[in-house]
Amino acid sequence: MIELISPERCTACNICVNACPTNVFEAVAGAPPRIARQDDCQTCFMCELYCPEDALYVAPIADRRATAGEREPATPALVGSYRRAIGWGRGRQSTASADSSFELLRRAH
Amino acid sequence: MGARDFEGQALSGADGGHRHEADVLVIGGGPAGTWAAISAAAQGARVVLADKGFCGTSGATAPSGTGLWHVSPEGSARADAKASRLAMGGHLAEHAWMDRVLAQTWDNVERLKDWGYPFPSDDEGQLRCTSLQGPEYMRLMRKRVKSSGARILDHSPALELLVDAQGTVGGATGVNRQTGETWVVRAGAVVIATGGCAFLSKALGCNVLTGDGQLMAAEVGAAMSGMEFSNAYGLGPAFSSVTKSLFYNWATFYDRDGQAIEGAGSSRGRSVIAQTLQTQPVYACIDRADAQIRAWMRTAQPNFFVSFDRQGIDPFTQHFPVTLRLEGTVRGTGGLNLVDGSCATSVAGLYAAGDAATRELICGGFTGGGSHNAAWALSSGFWAGAGAAAFGKDARSRASRTLRRAGGVAIATRGAEGCDSQAVVSAVQAEVFPYERNWFREGPVLEASLARLDALWTRLRHSAPAACASEAVRAREAAAMLATARWMYRSALQRTETRGMHRRREHAALDPTQRHRLLSGGLDEVWVRAQPLTEALTP
Repeated sequence: MIELISPERCTACNICVNACPTNVFEAVAGAPPRIARQDDCQTCFMCELYCPEDALYVAPIADRRATAGEREPATPALVGSYRRAIGWGRGRQSTASADSSFELLRRAH
Repeated sequence: MGARDFEGQALSGADGGHRHEADVLVIGGGPAGTWAAISAAAQGARVVLADKGFCGTSGATAPSGTGLWHVSPEGSARADAKASRLAMGGHLAEHAWMDRVLAQTWDNVERLKDWGYPFPSDDEGQLRCTSLQGPEYMRLMRKRVKSSGARILDHSPALELLVDAQGTVGGATGVNRQTGETWVVRAGAVVIATGGCAFLSKALGCNVLTGDGQLMAAEVGAAMSGMEFSNAYGLGPAFSSVTKSLFYNWATFYDRDGQAIEGAGSSRGRSVIAQTLQTQPVYACIDRADAQIRAWMRTAQPNFFVSFDRQGIDPFTQHFPVTLRLEGTVRGTGGLNLVDGSCATSVAGLYAAGDAATRELICGGFTGGGSHNAAWALSSGFWAGAGAAAFGKDARSRASRTLRRAGGVAIATRGAEGCDSQAVVSAVQAEVFPYERNWFREGPVLEASLARLDALWTRLRHSAPAACASEAVRAREAAAMLATARWMYRSALQRTETRGMHRRREHAALDPTQRHRLLSGGLDEVWVRAQPLTEALTP
């Protein structure tokens, strides 16, 4: 579930408030949004992909809130790691063109 | 036929904070809904698309990657593709529908290329179009919906359909769940593209998929088909939402002592996993993937690795616990019954596309997950959009007709006692999640579940209407899950055989005399009846 909004990185653009398909965030005037409905988070990571500042961190645990140790990314490299992997963001190129699913699909059957 | 139990309060001119007039209202903004909106707009229709979440991130496809049933028309490729899953689906797929889905998918992929979707190339430089990256695909589809001229309403769940005096569908009402304001769309036709129902199991991207469209459609008398094919479970790490199972083709499954579990596998061995999970944990390790396969996996499904990387697990060398999450009719194949090639339902003005509609037509009773569902979404969406556009433009002359609200349960009830939506959700989940009830089915167990679910429905029908917009959304989701569970189990009870994904313990074999569809519907009284396959298709 979504665990962190970095107050240092967040510019309060509220893109995540709009992009979250399960309406987990709530806009706060002049400040970063608030995680208002964490239990509605479906751990789909879409908010991270749409955050232009890599200010969000979704822990991969779907059914319960993360423990203190799990709330923080274990290494700084995990912040924004998914967005990097799909090649979204300024100066990057979508990695969809490198999708090798076809190699796996023809070997899986 | 279905109980038309709508209370029928007339829509007044003062109703609705935001009012829109359209030829076509598309409810749902995943692949099927976006293709429907684009296709309807291309026919000159004025289109509104309302999504419960955000069109572009909402639904099972956006956070995923998906295979796509994209098969060359050359040689015997399509004949082979059709034949490969006929038996698995219990011979309930129809050649005419498979042919037109293969053809439409081929055409729509050409559109995706033109629009700039970056398909990968193989070593010979040929574009390979058998998969789509969800975030990229759905971001592009949102952009195309906007440039088609269709209007998108995000965070705008529909609550009920509107019907005229003849019972023809003429729009819907709903709320914006961020502002709490209500909306009304008067439309000449409505496309239900709200997805399947995964019962809030947190399978990847599925928590917006609660069967809302099927409930609204049933309230105006539409029928479902194949609701017994509704027990698809997605395989994934026990802690995670990522129910992407392709890579488990290269996995070995172990018990807690590290002994390989005999017969366990991702596809045909999944029953063994379900059986074992009833008494002990099951672990997986993707230890049959060589270096090349591992490298391909990283580029094929980046999201697969996010969970592992963040938990510090190496899935290629470490054993990790797995579970099966119910994906219901998302990966199952049951949904709204279609009466012709334009994806019309039996109710005038109402169309259905994607996972909200039955996929038996191309998958039979075996999972449509991945490639078939993706091809179905972009084909059925395309046809439903065009069909709704033709019907909706014809209805312009009747734009001033009087419309009534068709919603019943949880919004037009008159009881005094409030409805605890979370309690309803938990009660439904307790009937549909357990493997011993739903993966493996048995007459008396189904009957016991149905008795409790029917009683719950009666209570809900006599409870107080939801107090506010956000509660109405949750109450309607709970009611939709409950209705879906009752169509599912009533159909499962009637199919006294094992066919496709539907497994009856006491009827373990396929019964050749039951090669038919099971239609279902109704709310206060659920009905099920057999219908012969129709190989002949009216285009």
